[in-house]
Amino acid sequence: MRRLMILALVTIAMGILSPAGQAQVVISGKVNDNKGKPIPGASVALKDTYDGALVDSSGNFRFTTTEKGEFILAITNVGYKSYEEKLVIGSEAITRSIQLKEELSELKAVTVISGSFAAGDAKRAATVLTSLDVLTVGGGNADITAAVRTLPGAQQVGEQEGLFVRGGAGYETKQFIDGTLVNNPYGTSIPDMATRGRFSPTLFKGTVFTTGGYSALYGQALSAALILESIDLPDQSTATLSVSPIILGGGFQQLAKNKKSSWGVNYNYVNLIAYFNLVRQTPDYFRMPAFHDADANFRVRTKSGGMIKYYTTFSAGRLGLRRPDIDSAALKDAFGLTNYNWYNNLSWRENLGNGWKMNLGLSYSTNKDNLSQELQNKDNQQQWLTGMPWEAKNFMIHNRQELSQVKAVFEKKLFGISAIRFGSEYMHGYNRSSYNNILSELTENFAAAFAETDIYVTNDLAAKIGGRYEYSSIISRSNIAPRVSVAYKVGNGAQLSAAYGIFYQKPENTQLVYTQDLGYTRATHYILTYQKTTNERIFRAETFYKQYDDLVKTVAVSNTYNTFNNDGGGYARGIEFFWRDKKSIRNFDYWVSYSLLDTKRDYLNYPTELRPNFAARHTASLVMKRFFVDMKTGFNFTYSFATGRPYYQFLYNGSGNKYTIGDQGKTKEFHNLGFSMNYVPSLGKPNAKVFWVLVASVTNVLGYDPVFGYNYSYNGLRKEPIGLPAKRFYFIGAFFSWGVDRTQDAINNNL
Amino acid sequence: MKKIIVFAALLISVCGHAQTDRFTTAMKKNLALFDSSKTTADYQALSAAFERIGDAEKTQWLPYYYAGLALTSAGWTDSKLDKDANAEKIKAFCDKADALAKDDVDRSEILAVRNMATTQQMLVDPQSRWMSYGQEGAGYLQKGKQLNPNNPRLYYLEGAGVFGTPEQFGGGKAKAKPILQKAVDLYKAEQPKTLYPDWGKKEAEDMLAQCQ
Repeated sequence: MRRLMILALVTIAMGILSPAGQAQVVISGKVNDNKGKPIPGASVALKDTYDGALVDSSGNFRFTTTEKGEFILAITNVGYKSYEEKLVIGSEAITRSIQLKEELSELKAVTVISGSFAAGDAKRAATVLTSLDVLTVGGGNADITAAVRTLPGAQQVGEQEGLFVRGGAGYETKQFIDGTLVNNPYGTSIPDMATRGRFSPTLFKGTVFTTGGYSALYGQALSAALILESIDLPDQSTATLSVSPIILGGGFQQLAKNKKSSWGVNYNYVNLIAYFNLVRQTPDYFRMPAFHDADANFRVRTKSGGMIKYYTTFSAGRLGLRRPDIDSAALKDAFGLTNYNWYNNLSWRENLGNGWKMNLGLSYSTNKDNLSQELQNKDNQQQWLTGMPWEAKNFMIHNRQELSQVKAVFEKKLFGISAIRFGSEYMHGYNRSSYNNILSELTENFAAAFAETDIYVTNDLAAKIGGRYEYSSIISRSNIAPRVSVAYKVGNGAQLSAAYGIFYQKPENTQLVYTQDLGYTRATHYILTYQKTTNERIFRAETFYKQYDDLVKTVAVSNTYNTFNNDGGGYARGIEFFWRDKKSIRNFDYWVSYSLLDTKRDYLNYPTELRPNFAARHTASLVMKRFFVDMKTGFNFTYSFATGRPYYQFLYNGSGNKYTIGDQGKTKEFHNLGFSMNYVPSLGKPNAKVFWVLVASVTNVLGYDPVFGYNYSYNGLRKEPIGLPAKRFYFIGAFFSWGVDRTQDAINNNL
Repeated sequence: MKKIIVFAALLISVCGHAQTDRFTTAMKKNLALFDSSKTTADYQALSAAFERIGDAEKTQWLPYYYAGLALTSAGWTDSKLDKDANAEKIKAFCDKADALAKDDVDRSEILAVRNMATTQQMLVDPQSRWMSYGQEGAGYLQKGKQLNPNNPRLYYLEGAGVFGTPEQFGGGKAKAKPILQKAVDLYKAEQPKTLYPDWGKKEAEDMLAQCQ
């Protein structure tokens, strides 16, 4: 008995101790997805054993095991639902053919990109331009709009500010910061000159430029939306100093020890007196442009990972310039401007738990302009002449605009990765304008409600369906705007997407002052996009059709008075291409964009449907950047081209409330080569106390004389080309920072 | 009867050892494969083999450590590999290994792997990623040295980073030399336990030789 027991135990022991002595069983098979395609790299394992294999490129797997009995065969792969099956392993080989079901995942799922260029979020593959790129556009002078203008869809308009997108006027593109509308994104308009954007690109971590078909969360922009998302906490506390013949500035940013909150202040003083004495300007500046800009911010990370951010900026500036009067050889127009602007934005982003998210935005801004024009003789003395056109040459305008805004957006995760967003916004606007002491006031209460849902049918097919309701008290009208977009993945990194939407915009205040019996202007967008993205390259082709309805038309009442109606309309269609390559040449990054635009509109005082004077048929840009490590210097070039734009002289025919075309033509082609370079001496001294960057840039390097259009004399006998105030703009400056090595930032901020 | 009980007890303890031996044998077999692996597919298969051992054992950190390490080898050699996706897998293995690690010495080894994954992510686009991934990677080395100041691999990785950085950016052979010297000294003094990481010695010596 004892012997028997020992024998049994030894046998068992032998069994355990010498697995090699046992027969091996082959387990093999195939792993495919639901389309029958192999899933290479999927892991096949016999649970709780060491045995298993990976699926090869043709979808096969094979391994051997010495285990016997009941085991679980488990197959796993990222993006697929795991598969488990009970196997009884005997002495026979086992073969299985297994299909894995795809799991919806945000990483793999297609995102709808039709009509929008996401710039900024460096981690996302769909990124076209990062915030770094926005800042290193040669000759862009750190202006967001200038950088965005190198993307397809935007026109090369040089005589006024704004983004003229796909046949839309500048005021038909709106800017949003952290969800809320910005009332005065640019410096106050100066006749025949483009002013800069008010906001520094360094404030933002993300920029989305939608050339149409944008989300139902935004409204009141007929053409396009520039959606800016401000940065969260800074990396470290820093102090900065900017020195240049034009700008003197300093700032401080303090990050709390626990890295949960920060605050900061900046101040800049801009004065062009020295520069204008050195570089001759066409206008005669009797008051040199000078501006004070101050801003402050605080940012707090909340307990559940949300963010509360406040940003405020105040600016005060003035300038005065004199130009020859077009109606007389001896007289001059002296234009003066004083501007005060205060902008505030408070936002709160929070995870509420249970798949709920919240975005609250509050903003308040006020803008005050004092504009004046004097008709002056050769000794710069004011002249008072009677009769037209002289009566309109002396004027004083005082404008004040205020906008208060609140917006709430809630998001809830639905099944899979689908989500629904909804919310509402309310705006209170006040505009007070006096023209030669004739006062007009406008008060607006605007409310909107919106909802939008992201639906993922599979990882390859996604749709965004939304709608927006708006009511404007000033015109006492409401509208409902549907928005739909669909994206379908057509290959690795490639997608085809389509967007449709209706977009409303209320008439401009300058029109509402005359009559409030106006309705919304309307645009219907249809967009089709193909985009292929690989790690460092992107190709994009987009075609669109836009239908304009109810555009505001000027109805002439007399030579000097007019009113408005909604009888206008038009269309825009075109095709655009974009190619960017960071990969082919080391340290070299370039992009090319091309836009073909066919558009006509009947609006304002156009006698009939015409190609608008801001729309060129062909527009192209080439942006190149190269950094030479040995020289610690980067060189950036931007070349832009546009075919001639039409120009018109419209005349009131004196009867029938109609205008006629007195003169028309096409301007010459537009060329511009911009250049900038940045020298970074502190590069490679990570332990230095101070970091600094020297930046130099020049616009219109080749000295090309562009013509943006023509000004006509009152009698129509003279026309003067509208060009640049100076052939080139030069900039040189040094930027210092103390604290963390922020040389990279400094380069970016100031190019 | 007593004898039987004693024998049974002995047998059980032998079986226990057998279990451990099985683990050691499998680990050694797979560790040997590091030398013969060439392609990304080889390294991924190796990583999966370590993962299976880890999943089966449930209490060992080393299999997950090596599962991550195998993927970093793929990350260094394959220029076409998606470094972000690869790093995400590596860091997931590091999390698993961390949860099972027994002491600070173990944890400092895991931080070396995290550092490599992060460096590989940074190298995708150094100009725009340097700020974030560069800092993250340096943080792992710093923390690793706090946990075990005598871990030669951390000094080797630091030295290799400085070695590969152009002089204009604060790198270069002269600056790498003292760090690599320290790594080589620590490698010489090191007596790794069975199955414990010992990689990097030859590479550190070769690199140091290039600094002379």
